[in-house]
Amino acid sequence: MKKLYLLFVSALVLTMTAALCGCGGGKAGEGDAITVGIPQDIEDSLDPHTAVAAGTREVLFNMFEGLVKPDSSGDLKPAVASDYVIDDEGKTYTFTLRDGITFHNGAPVTADDVIASIKRCADTAGGDPLVAAFSNIADISKQDDKTVVITLKEPDTDFLCNMTTAILPADNIDNTATNPIGTGPYMYVSRSPQENIVLKRYDGYWGEKAYIENVTFKIIANPDTIVMNLEGGSVDMFPRVTSAQAAQLSDNFEIMEGTMNLVQALYLNNAVAPFDDVRVRQALCYAIDPKEIMDYAFDGRGSEIGSSMFPSFGKYFMPELNDTYNRDVEKAKALLTEAGYPDGFEFTIKVPSNYTQHVDTAQILKEEFKEIGVTADIELIEWNSWLSDVYSGREYEGTVIGVDASTLSPRALLSRFESTAGNNFVNFSSPEYDAAYKAAVSSTDDATQTENYKKCETILAEEAANVYIQDPAELVAINKKFTGYEFYPLYAQDISKIRLAK
Amino acid sequence: MTNILKKIISSILTILVVACLVFLAFAVIPGDPAVAKLGTQATPEKLSALRHEMGLDVPLIRRFLTWIGGVVRGDFGSSYSYSMPVTRLIADKLPVTVILTLYSFILMIFTSVTVAILAARRENSVLDRTTQVITQMTMSVPPFFGGIIITLIFGLGLHLFAPGGYVSYKSDMGRFLGYMFWPALAIALPKGAMAFSLLYSGLTAEKKKDYARTAYSRGNSTRDVFYRHLLRNACIPVVTFFGMALADMIAGSIVIEQVFGIPGLGRILLTSIQNRDYPVVEAIIVCIAILVTVSNLLVDILYRVIDPRTVISE
Repeated sequence: MKKLYLLFVSALVLTMTAALCGCGGGKAGEGDAITVGIPQDIEDSLDPHTAVAAGTREVLFNMFEGLVKPDSSGDLKPAVASDYVIDDEGKTYTFTLRDGITFHNGAPVTADDVIASIKRCADTAGGDPLVAAFSNIADISKQDDKTVVITLKEPDTDFLCNMTTAILPADNIDNTATNPIGTGPYMYVSRSPQENIVLKRYDGYWGEKAYIENVTFKIIANPDTIVMNLEGGSVDMFPRVTSAQAAQLSDNFEIMEGTMNLVQALYLNNAVAPFDDVRVRQALCYAIDPKEIMDYAFDGRGSEIGSSMFPSFGKYFMPELNDTYNRDVEKAKALLTEAGYPDGFEFTIKVPSNYTQHVDTAQILKEEFKEIGVTADIELIEWNSWLSDVYSGREYEGTVIGVDASTLSPRALLSRFESTAGNNFVNFSSPEYDAAYKAAVSSTDDATQTENYKKCETILAEEAANVYIQDPAELVAINKKFTGYEFYPLYAQDISKIRLAK
Repeated sequence: MTNILKKIISSILTILVVACLVFLAFAVIPGDPAVAKLGTQATPEKLSALRHEMGLDVPLIRRFLTWIGGVVRGDFGSSYSYSMPVTRLIADKLPVTVILTLYSFILMIFTSVTVAILAARRENSVLDRTTQVITQMTMSVPPFFGGIIITLIFGLGLHLFAPGGYVSYKSDMGRFLGYMFWPALAIALPKGAMAFSLLYSGLTAEKKKDYARTAYSRGNSTRDVFYRHLLRNACIPVVTFFGMALADMIAGSIVIEQVFGIPGLGRILLTSIQNRDYPVVEAIIVCIAILVTVSNLLVDILYRVIDPRTVISE
């Protein structure tokens, strides 16, 4: 017993010493490494063609590039292609590959790799192609080793937006999920599920090389530990902290404010009663005040929106639509009476429980609806159930969610409201909208196209397709050791621009 | 000896039953891994293609037989979310949870035994009274809350460790153990306090018995009387408690992993349930079942070593 006891004591003393020594040790070689916190692991795929989650795309942005890639102001810049020519009709796209560009494994990028990558995304064997717009491709061929020509079935001046599709080496294309190889400024090193994803600077990158050599994306699933991680020094940067977390952080951190690039709204199932009546939908729009929601749940931050478009889209965004409905309880009640609901009604808002921001918003909406006599019951559901019941099954009355754009084309936000769209989860149906949308898509003249997109937005607002709320503010907390963070109009965390602050 | 054999066989049966139940549970609960993986990009065609790829279009009974056949050979299939074999995934994370559990178990035994003897030797002293109050308090603090308090005091206040600064055991064992001390402490404290109470009442009862006085009269020091004679008798009810505590600690470590940001089995388990990543969930639950049954078996064996009477009475 005594020996055993001594063993215990010595073991304990040893570990205590380890515990006390372990604390002070900072990161080795500070400066050539940054740790970025992310709220969830990459659970769909490391393959950029099959990855679907926005949280995955923002990490993969560092590893993969298309023929063109977006910059922080939202313009498409040549990437794997050094140059491209679009014929006047918008039917033939000719891409010249960049000289000397290589994949992370050192192999040069050839026209065959480009063709294999695009063909993979255009393949219709599984129903829809991976990139929906690629169904418009009539032919893709190589003119020579450095030139690829894509011919479309229908003219489309907006097609370039889809050329951000990642170019992968043809011989590794089916192994991308386990061994991702791309052309981006960072290359994949390793991953440990629910722990981290490690990237390293690719020194053979064609463009401006990244500043920081080693990047670790650390998964912090528990939001309560974000502040501790930042203050404790185990994480240098966290995109999307809440206002409350930002307020707790010390002076060592800079809080940068951008936009989340989401259309946050109370999405209504336009096909079920009472929301099949435009007056009822309008009444709900009159009942709410986005400013009040931002004040209560977002510390006054956020940008009001009035249709399915957010401010980062620049010329397509119509701020005037914010005033389509201003809060007017009397008018809302009048509309309800007209629609046959003088005493209001009761409905259920389904909200995915993992999104605090949407849950908070739903709670304020509920209070606002009370004033016009409408009772909203909030039902918190798991993300998985949201996907299957609400998004695919369309079995719901209302839901609060944020919809993001996967490309820089207004189509990314507007196509889903076409009455026949497969992802039209709100069941919006308006012949007028369909006509305007078709006109926009087929137009080759930029002015007419913009005008038609704006018409689409106006119809969504006037028909009150959904109760539009805001584009929430995105707060990025970054240690002041670093500088150079840039916001993108899409989901992207571009680490290559971040450098040490001197 | 045949008794131990019986115990081993019943343990194996328990694990098999758990494996079956776990598989059937996921056949019953709603949710679809294909939907989870495809997210908002799901179309009926893509869903059915992916279900086929995952082998979910096969009838349940055949799926079950293939799975259980694999389990017996140690093959749990491949994770839907992480595109890697489940065995490799778990081999990576299991040591974290096992070390955390053992760590807290050792801490619990050490603190409870030393403090109980210290207090029992000086019954009704100031030391005794203060320990009584402190244990009453620690006993009622659940580990996750204790974890938060520990982080607050020792991490953010005294800077003895960096909260969230988990280091993988593969990159630096020393710093790994250093960090794990704190979560282990959070798990060990409430359990240690309970073990203390049991031991303390055992010791104070034993020390009034005749054999204790005999031990003294034979010239033993107080220390020797306590460690050599009283502890062994006071231990018997506590060992049963230790066994239950060990099983409890495996569960506790899953919770505490969330508080301290430790990427062990718990984190993987929770996210895999959300994603309906069945192969991973099933494998982890089978793993936990094995850990629990094995620890119970060990306690049974230990019991015989400490108290030979159990063997005779059988």
